[in-house]
Amino acid sequence: MAFDYEQYLRPGKLPHIWCPGCGHGIVMKGLLRAIDTCGLEKNNTAIVSGIGCASRLPGYVDFNTLHTAHGRAAAFATGIKMAKPEMDVLVVGGDGDGVAIGGNHFIHACRRNIDMTYVLLNNYIYGMTGGQFSPCTPTWAKASTTPYGNPDPIFDVPKLAIGAGATFVARTTAFHATQIDKLIAAGLRHKGMAVIEVLDDCPTAYGRRNKFRSVVDMMKRLKEIAVPVKAAAHMTPEQLEGKVLTGILHQEERPEYCEQYQQVIARAQGA
Amino acid sequence: MSSPKVEIIENYCKGCSICVEFCPTNVFKMEGFVAKVVRPEACTKCMLCELRCPDFAVKVH
Ligand SMILES: Cc1ncc(C[n+]2csc(CCOP(=O)(O)OP(=O)(O)O)c2C)c(N)n1
Ligand code: SF4
Ligand code: SF4
Ligand code: SF4
Ligand SMILES: [Mg+2]
Repeated sequence: MAFDYEQYLRPGKLPHIWCPGCGHGIVMKGLLRAIDTCGLEKNNTAIVSGIGCASRLPGYVDFNTLHTAHGRAAAFATGIKMAKPEMDVLVVGGDGDGVAIGGNHFIHACRRNIDMTYVLLNNYIYGMTGGQFSPCTPTWAKASTTPYGNPDPIFDVPKLAIGAGATFVARTTAFHATQIDKLIAAGLRHKGMAVIEVLDDCPTAYGRRNKFRSVVDMMKRLKEIAVPVKAAAHMTPEQLEGKVLTGILHQEERPEYCEQYQQVIARAQGA
Repeated sequence: MSSPKVEIIENYCKGCSICVEFCPTNVFKMEGFVAKVVRPEACTKCMLCELRCPDFAVKVH
């Protein structure tokens, strides 16, 4: 049966603005299926973004949505969750938004273990502004600002999130469409900061500069590099060269920030 | 079970070819900048095209 996406989309918004083959649309669909699986109420759900192509996502979906300042989505989302802890709060945004300009807000949301679900669409580039390198642009890949190749090492987003204290961390790719909704749903059910990185394609600002002939080539690459964590346990370091691990990479229980804050309120009231 | 119906909403399709390339039974073909359903009877209802179309342009009923 065809999934009814229209029930969650604002009317009259399609076709969306993303380029032909841009993976952001695939991730948006996965996000809506996950929301449907978990039965979230539209009026009790907030979806927050910063700025970028990925950050346009909330404009299409019929929930409480906030399109905020570049890199600041996690901070706005923290405010919403603190004021209304009963709400389901999601953040969506790109690699530039989340771990370049927004890296500070991102790590502190992880550290606090505030109960939200952060979907980071990593297309390895600043798509919206024409292809400047981000902290996720692979070493020696080309960006408009690294015409001789990018000398920087990357941020591994899941490792960054785990190191900073997120209690649910997962990764998949835009090719692995069914895994997108499964992992986001698992993140939504998790109490605490859940980070789901989706490796994504930007044919316009990244693909063309980096010798991908087509969107299909970029999808095939996502398929090739992904190795499920369980399979990786039986592989040698040589076999894992150039691969990325997918699935749930980390999950633990730790006090959640809004609940901790309730104790502050109780203490202040002399309980 | 009735036979599957594969539909393309042409004014949403941006011609990325993802459905054409990854359909296991070659149900689609590109015609210019739009994907067309050419072998609907071959569809196994795996739903991959609907899941992967970035543009909400494929529906499998
Ligand atoms: C304070 C501020 N600095 C810079 C910009 C310009 N800007 C807009 S989007 C963007 C990068 C977006 O990249 P990413 O988050 O990876 O999203 P993508 O477009 O790749 O989906 C930048 C630098 C801005 N809007 N505001
Ligand atoms: S520029 Fe890149 S990220 Fe932005 S819509 Fe186009 S393909 Fe997607
Ligand atoms: S995947 Fe969607 S947008 Fe791409 S060619 Fe097929 S129908 Fe068109
Ligand atoms: S549902 Fe599967 S078999 Fe049918 S058209 Fe789509 S990709 Fe092809
Ligand atoms: Mg990006």
